[in-house]
Amino acid sequence: MADLDHLHTDLIARIDAADSLDALDAVRVAALGKQGAVTALLKTLGGMSPDERQQQGPRIQALREGVTAAIATKKAALDRAELDAKLARETLDMTLPAEAAPVGSIHPVSQVMDELAEIFADLGFAVATGPEIETQWYNFTALNMPETHPARAMHDTFYLNAKDGEEARVLRTHTSPVQIRAMQAAGGTKPIRIIAPGRTYRSDSDATHTPMFHQVEGLVIDKGITLGHLKWTLETFLKAFFERDDIVLRLRPSYFPFTEPSAEVDVGFSVVNGKRVIGGSDGWMEVLGSGMVHRTVIEAGGYDPNEWQGFAFGCGIDRLAMLKYGMDDLRAFFDGDARWLKHYGFSALDVPTLSGGVGA
Amino acid sequence: MKFTLSWLHDHLDTSASLNEIVDTLTRIGLEVESVDNPGAKLAAFRVAKVLTAERHPQADKLQVLSVDAGDGPMQVVCGAPNARAGLVGVFGMPGATVPANGMVLKVAEIRGVVSNGMMCSTRELELGDDHDGIIELPSDAPIGAAYPDYAGLNDPVIDVAITPNKQDCMGVRGIARDLAAAGLGRLKPLVVPGTTVTPAPVAGEGAGPDIRIDDSVGCPAFYGQTVAGVSNSTAPEWMTRRLQAIGQKPISALVDITNYVSFDLGRPLHVYDRAKLPGGLVARKATSGEQLLALNGKTYTLDESMTVIADDRAALGIAGIIGGEDSGCSDTTSDVLIECAYFDPESIARTGQKLAVTSDARQRFERGVDPAFVEDGLAIATALVLNLCGGTPGGITRAGEPPVPATVIAYDPARAETLGGLFVAPERQQAILESLGFTVSADWHVGVPSWRRDVEGVPDLVEEVIRIEGIDHVPPVPLPRIPGVATPTATPEQKTERRVRRAAAARGLNEAVTWSFVSEAEAAPFANVSGGGAWTLANPISEDLKVMRPSLLPGLLSAAARNLKRGADGVRLFEIGRRYLAEAERATLGVVLAGEKRARGWQGGKALGFDAFDAKAEAIALLAAAGAPVENLQIFGEAGEHWHPGQSGTLRLGPKTVLAAFGIVHPLTTRAFDLDGTVAAVELYLDAIPAKRGGTGFMRPAYAPPALQPVRRDFAFTVPAGLAADALVRAVKGADKATITAARLFDLFERDGVRSMAIEVTLQPADKSFTDEALKAIADKVVAAAAKQGAVLRG
Repeated sequence: MADLDHLHTDLIARIDAADSLDALDAVRVAALGKQGAVTALLKTLGGMSPDERQQQGPRIQALREGVTAAIATKKAALDRAELDAKLARETLDMTLPAEAAPVGSIHPVSQVMDELAEIFADLGFAVATGPEIETQWYNFTALNMPETHPARAMHDTFYLNAKDGEEARVLRTHTSPVQIRAMQAAGGTKPIRIIAPGRTYRSDSDATHTPMFHQVEGLVIDKGITLGHLKWTLETFLKAFFERDDIVLRLRPSYFPFTEPSAEVDVGFSVVNGKRVIGGSDGWMEVLGSGMVHRTVIEAGGYDPNEWQGFAFGCGIDRLAMLKYGMDDLRAFFDGDARWLKHYGFSALDVPTLSGGVGA
Repeated sequence: MKFTLSWLHDHLDTSASLNEIVDTLTRIGLEVESVDNPGAKLAAFRVAKVLTAERHPQADKLQVLSVDAGDGPMQVVCGAPNARAGLVGVFGMPGATVPANGMVLKVAEIRGVVSNGMMCSTRELELGDDHDGIIELPSDAPIGAAYPDYAGLNDPVIDVAITPNKQDCMGVRGIARDLAAAGLGRLKPLVVPGTTVTPAPVAGEGAGPDIRIDDSVGCPAFYGQTVAGVSNSTAPEWMTRRLQAIGQKPISALVDITNYVSFDLGRPLHVYDRAKLPGGLVARKATSGEQLLALNGKTYTLDESMTVIADDRAALGIAGIIGGEDSGCSDTTSDVLIECAYFDPESIARTGQKLAVTSDARQRFERGVDPAFVEDGLAIATALVLNLCGGTPGGITRAGEPPVPATVIAYDPARAETLGGLFVAPERQQAILESLGFTVSADWHVGVPSWRRDVEGVPDLVEEVIRIEGIDHVPPVPLPRIPGVATPTATPEQKTERRVRRAAAARGLNEAVTWSFVSEAEAAPFANVSGGGAWTLANPISEDLKVMRPSLLPGLLSAAARNLKRGADGVRLFEIGRRYLAEAERATLGVVLAGEKRARGWQGGKALGFDAFDAKAEAIALLAAAGAPVENLQIFGEAGEHWHPGQSGTLRLGPKTVLAAFGIVHPLTTRAFDLDGTVAAVELYLDAIPAKRGGTGFMRPAYAPPALQPVRRDFAFTVPAGLAADALVRAVKGADKATITAARLFDLFERDGVRSMAIEVTLQPADKSFTDEALKAIADKVVAAAAKQGAVLRG
């Protein structure tokens, strides 16, 4: 039986020696093929006596299994080597630059408007809109600014060429006309809480004034609303917007034709690295105008001023953006310079949320 | 409104410091814009006496002086011709900065002689224009005293912003009254300025001047008094100094008196030279086209709505706004007529707006001067003229009567808290109101003082109380929370805008905000949209910002051009805003793609520009983000004349509803915007996107993937020239609606003038696999449907 052992040793050596899949296959054919040595041995089993078969059978089978397993192992090793070689040939310079997808951005004004909507939604304020080409009635008269009112002359109003038979329209000088429109839409019977962000226009142009700018109006009409509610609302809004608890407000008596009493609101700032940062009280910066809605305005909106009262405020959105994010030239807001837009803009995914913080 | 601290003290008896006064002014609504002490910059200049004056040994025009500035003799070189022994002047010590030129004085040699400072001229100290010689002070001026102390220049100038409702604070006295009410002292009794005399009508001799009113609406009251034999020299120093401190140029005693009373008491006056008045004075309406040369040197053309003061011949001044050049006072004036009138605020405002004249008088009359102060105003003016210019008074004429209102408001002190949010004890409220000049009856009927035209009702009284008590003390009160979970507040349009905006940014576009107005030239290429702009500004700030944009593209094209000029390789800008059409303002999204889409690279080779299909891709993707049913969109042409005629289109729902235009911008248009190369663009009409219908719930339909795998078959057709790919794909897709779920063009080529299109069709078997026969039948339907479009299956 030394033949079997010898054959086994010989085949294993040849399998080991095979250096390619073809060579290995030649060994397989020589051992396990139709004419193969192991196949020939298996064939002899048929001619053996039962005793002999019982003795030789397992040994020949073991030989076959051993050779088969050795071939499989060798084949796997050769496959792997071939794959390794193939992958090695595919090596690239991984320092080569990958193609960059263009990166888009959201304008700071849009981002801040979204932030405002989020903050005020939590306080129950909806977002209202109105036309920018406005009638003089909505922009002035309904807001208690009759034609001869001195404040009307102070508005640096843009007038549009009049259409036939119509009074010349104006570009709205503030978002306050939306107060009237919101009251009219609510029909004089329901409480109102709205903010109205949008474009406004004054014929004024320097580093801090542009002929077009953005404002947000706030309006609450209800029963029993006082200046105290106004103060809390503005404090809450500014704390939420700047995400700081040390926001200090200072109210100053002022005058707006459409509110009575009226107040200008200063917010305290501190100076950090030579820049003004909102919070603290090193100095005061005027941020918004506000007051209790004038009876005449409530009436113009179709509400009974003996029953309803409320407050209104107006605030520059561009200015809010500058104070929060640090831009210092208003004119750059409207230039469309891609470098500026990328620098001060926001990712599409920076959606302001209350849970994640409204700032980005 | 400017005033000096000493001026305030004329009316306010107070021990409050400047800081307290400034803080209180801002706290009560008189916002301090600046505080400036003109004496501060002269602190290092002293009163000094020239002891001796000798010729400079090296220079004919210079002298060597010995000057005593309080510390004994010092040698000073001086070039002034009036420098002489005995002169008392103003000396700048070494280290002092000369205000006029910023030069810091130091000990220096001048032509070999040491000079220890400088004797100064008025121009050098910015005290006047005189530079002919050095300042000469009275010989009894105290040697060694700081010059600003001696000259009374240490009088801080306070500038406050007066809101349009505070007409009473357009004079120093009104400001003093507010400060007194705020607890900063006591309002002194009113006296004739510069005296301790209480104003009272000056009884003159003879009849009053000939004055009448023909326009009693514009001029309800016109009081006048003459003074004969005046001498109109310069006003006294206390008056000119204050006027100068607030930026008013002293002119002559008579003119300065009117200015002074205007700023002191908020009471404008006018003084006429009687020699230039041939007859009486009348307040009448102007005649149309009447012209007047005003004191500012401009000629105004008037109309019948305006009130003038005239003599028999012509208008002498625009009532309450500006006087005329021809009737003003001069050095030789000897007989004058003093006018103290009440003009209707609305008339003044209208006239002032029409003529675009601003003046201190207009500011006061249009806000409304105190109608009860006409008599006292005239008395004070006459007394001042007599005091300062001498002369003999004539009688007083009182034409008309000023409309003194007697407003009484039924007030409830509880309103301070229920409107103003601050509890203030009723007795405290009464004290505040009374200190401001209101009367308060036992049952809270509040009488409004004649100078508070702005106070009309309860909220105004609340404002007075809160403003003096301290609006900053109003405690914040939480706005009542609407019960339950906060409900969404955004409208569908707002949600769409937000989604589209963030979708565009996510697709690599940069959001810009451009002007709502463009130039006529920029609007012109969009003549097919609202004629290039339906709205034009009557008073644009510049020609570049004149027409309300009819499209978002002009602003974006200009921005793209600026970016490319700054060296940007590729520009991908978008904007969401309104386009302004004749009938309405419409929500719009614009996209401009200019320059390189992809830079040259090791993978892609040469740089690649944008093409019309980039624009189409953006249009469809953004419409999808906006919730438009993009699978139902049809593509039409007719985008408009500012587009490339062969590389643009519109996306529509049905033939009429245009949701977007896209493509390559017409080269003539890009050229008009100074842009080189091909520019792709999109305009999305957000207002045209139909609202989503029905379904308020969140539930989605059940998930039911097909049981069997889809089968794909390719068909290649030769097509007639001009057949739109979309037409063929739609025809193929519709060939067997039961089984064909998708059809997609995947190849397109032309050979030997024959155009071929290859379409991949996806077939979805329902409950059993397709048999060969079934597949053949579908293929036949596809070929037949294509044939109707003129397409032939390629062999």
